[in-house]
Amino acid sequence: MTTSRSAPGSVRPSISPSAALATYERLVRWRAAVLVALCLLLLGAVLLDVSSGSSAIGMRDVLHALLWPAASERSTVVIVWEVRLVPAIMAVMVGAALALAGAEMQTILNNPLASPFTLGVSSAASLGAALAMILGVGVPFIPASWLITGNAFLFALLSVALLQSLTRLRGAGVESLVLFGIALVFTFNALVALVQFVATADALQQLVFWGMGSLSRATWGTIAILAVVIAVTFPLAMRAAWQLTSLRLGEERARSFGVDVKWLRFTALVRISLLTATAVAFVGTIGFIGLIGPHIARLLIGEDHRFFLPASALSGALVMSLADMASKTLIPGVIIPIGIVTSLVGLPIFFALIVRKLGHA
Amino acid sequence: MMGGPMQLHVSNLCAGYRGRMVLHDFTITPLEAGKVTVLVGPNAAGKSTLLRSLAGLVPATGSLRLGGIDLMGLRLAERANHVAFMPQDLPQGAELTVLESVISALKASPLDGFGGGAQESRLRALAALDRLGILDLASDGIGRLSGGQRQLASLAQAVVRAPRLLTLDEPTSALDLRHQYQVMHTVKALAGEGRIVVAVLHDLTLAAKWADHVIVLDQGRLAAEGPPAEAFTPEILRRVYGVATRVERCSRGGLHIAVDGLA
Repeated sequence: MTTSRSAPGSVRPSISPSAALATYERLVRWRAAVLVALCLLLLGAVLLDVSSGSSAIGMRDVLHALLWPAASERSTVVIVWEVRLVPAIMAVMVGAALALAGAEMQTILNNPLASPFTLGVSSAASLGAALAMILGVGVPFIPASWLITGNAFLFALLSVALLQSLTRLRGAGVESLVLFGIALVFTFNALVALVQFVATADALQQLVFWGMGSLSRATWGTIAILAVVIAVTFPLAMRAAWQLTSLRLGEERARSFGVDVKWLRFTALVRISLLTATAVAFVGTIGFIGLIGPHIARLLIGEDHRFFLPASALSGALVMSLADMASKTLIPGVIIPIGIVTSLVGLPIFFALIVRKLGHA
Repeated sequence: MMGGPMQLHVSNLCAGYRGRMVLHDFTITPLEAGKVTVLVGPNAAGKSTLLRSLAGLVPATGSLRLGGIDLMGLRLAERANHVAFMPQDLPQGAELTVLESVISALKASPLDGFGGGAQESRLRALAALDRLGILDLASDGIGRLSGGQRQLASLAQAVVRAPRLLTLDEPTSALDLRHQYQVMHTVKALAGEGRIVVAVLHDLTLAAKWADHVIVLDQGRLAAEGPPAEAFTPEILRRVYGVATRVERCSRGGLHIAVDGLA
């Protein structure tokens, strides 16, 4: 067989291996550049986010307070560091965590509609929070101030453990995993409704607000915890990047390449549950980010997971950061719960990318 | 490799899925390197299960020895050093280029005697594409390939790991005549490099043209084996498929199998 013969159906002249290599290297450099650009955009978004708020502090004062806090006006430093920077950083962390979880979820379930909430993780967290708020039922030995968060986290983790054990009973097919997950969503939602039904009006209001998601509960402590979870899960996800990429070619094919798909799916689910449970426990239910972050990344740079995973995290963080800014500026003087805003901010970006993609195809 | 060409010994192989055994105590004469073995048989005869049990993709018991290596004793990742499997279809939803898909096949698990460095992987993947004549598809998305291109890209993913045993599940399904020829020609050439190639084919005339050795399966058991002229007789085909056939030798020497009716 000759190597100069062109491919079937192709009308293009054949190319040399070195030319194909050069093309691929350009592609890799382009993706690295996209990642850098996303980082810069995120930095800009965070600065804008910190600069926006009810008290009029300009970008220049904000930068000054961030870089030289000792030499800045005391009140400005307090507002920037304590009032604005904490939710701004939390927005980045939560966006990155949920989008990273969503990216892995979409790959291991081979389903572009999957998100961290598909399998009932957030519904379980809501149930945990509801039990703590309304019935005062919670994990023993946890300080009262952490009751809601601790409960939400525990229930989210339990839901994944339940899912894992259920799928182990009946062969670990993707379809059964999704079906069990959907069943769990309905079960937990029904239980939440049951708890709401018996709740007092005050407790009910508290629960509904918790469900909308809010960054106002964030502290440097919770940021640190989420940062640790990301710092542990992200490198592990990146280590599995090639295996996850090969899984996109089909489960059986990935297994024929020597990938233990069951183990890959299990470890990915553990990472997903940790990321999602931590994020949901601290800020409540924030949908859409886990769905849209991976989609933006996929449209920008494809599904080579070495780039897809970090790009998903950065895209999620970026959208979340913009959403936080929008939540403060859409209605002057009012901070709209972030969970409401994420969809409103994310949708236009999503549509723009899809339309651009359709234009190319 | 010690003494003579590498062989694949299959004996007492039982394979199947949870609660449903498909292959029963299956033993065949050793398959040889350099030859294309074709599996044929009616639907649900166990062709795909046999193919997958060779690749370690379905639970199986019995003995599988490839050139002195006990395949049954290997973990999936170790087995992937020796055996490659090409499924029937390549998913179209993945946002990956042909070259990326081949690199990921190479890097999904460690490969003996391959360092796995970035540059090394790229060059090896490109060499596989070049070998199959699809180098110009390297940066095309796998979702946008035509049927024939998809089969060749799929074959490249299996070939890049330099398997000694290459298993193919209906590599020519849904291909037109030109692409059928092209894929089978490539498969034959890959066997010629010293590999054992085992392929499931539905088209008996195609099988007769390309196979060095044919294995006819029926209800999970061996119905016949041998060169095409011995395996494809009206008697065997009537017994296995339940049809009346004529097997004719064309002027060029190839076998032509015509179905006249139900038997």
